Amino acid sequence: MHAAIVPFPGTNAEEEMIAALRFVCGAKITRVAHTERELPIDVDFVALPGGFSYGDYLRAGAIAKTAPILEAVRTFANRGGLVLGVCNGFQILVEASLLPGALLRNDHGRFDCRDIFVRTEHRGPFSPEARVLRLPIAHGEGRFHADDETMKRLEGEGRIAFRYADAAGETSRNANPNGSREAIAGLYGGPKKNILGLMPHPERMTEPHHGGTDGALLFRAALDSLKAP
Amino acid sequence: MRATIFVRLKRDVLDPEGDAIAEALARTGASGIESVRVGKVFEIEVAGRTRQGVVRELEKMAQELLANPVTEDFEIRIDD
Repeated sequence: MHAAIVPFPGTNAEEEMIAALRFVCGAKITRVAHTERELPIDVDFVALPGGFSYGDYLRAGAIAKTAPILEAVRTFANRGGLVLGVCNGFQILVEASLLPGALLRNDHGRFDCRDIFVRTEHRGPFSPEARVLRLPIAHGEGRFHADDETMKRLEGEGRIAFRYADAAGETSRNANPNGSREAIAGLYGGPKKNILGLMPHPERMTEPHHGGTDGALLFRAALDSLKAP
Repeated sequence: MRATIFVRLKRDVLDPEGDAIAEALARTGASGIESVRVGKVFEIEVAGRTRQGVVRELEKMAQELLANPVTEDFEIRIDD
């Protein structure tokens, strides 16, 4: 795996993303600046890490969609390349219309930083089997919103990657940390469900000393999907 | 030409920031507040000859960047 990491001014979760891709996937890493217009030719994975790109000015992720590198990411994604956007990376993917809907301020109005549970919903390259995962969240604007038609389409096309749930995998108001519609924590997009955006941070739960390794499952699955014929 | 673009959350979108401000206003002694909604105001100076052309340009700006069409509505006012 050759992974491109795209940090923007204000991104702050790129180091753990790099560490996870190295530790779990043994990936070769190239940092690609937001001012670049092209990705390295042999890249087969692009990660948009979390943080506060451009200080969350305007809306979280809104300014990043105008960065020069975004068009290269869009082309890569539309050709079926694996793209992972975590937290602010998810917000960027949504603002760039690579994923539908919007991510709004948490319904309780507070920044929330703790471990939660998600359950895998529809299968895809990052979620090949039914699981309940414990993953950390750290966001103030993670409330997924989309209109009824979009919600129906996401369900129909099997693009709901993860829903917030309890440890037993049951969804409930209490298990939903931000008021996301239909408890959506992560979505698939792209021609082959090759784009994943999610609010929880799988890269922060990959090594035993992180307190769990559930996040490693996503990276391992992505690596396997690259190896599959 | 000077213009103002107002961006507001759609009515059916929850606004926790507005709710928190409403509660804070009540704590300052303000009475009778039924709701607060928070929006954005962009004061823009733009070069352009015709009013129509400028409005078209501003609409494009609002649709593509200043407002998120999923959750927000916008309104354009030409000031002079």
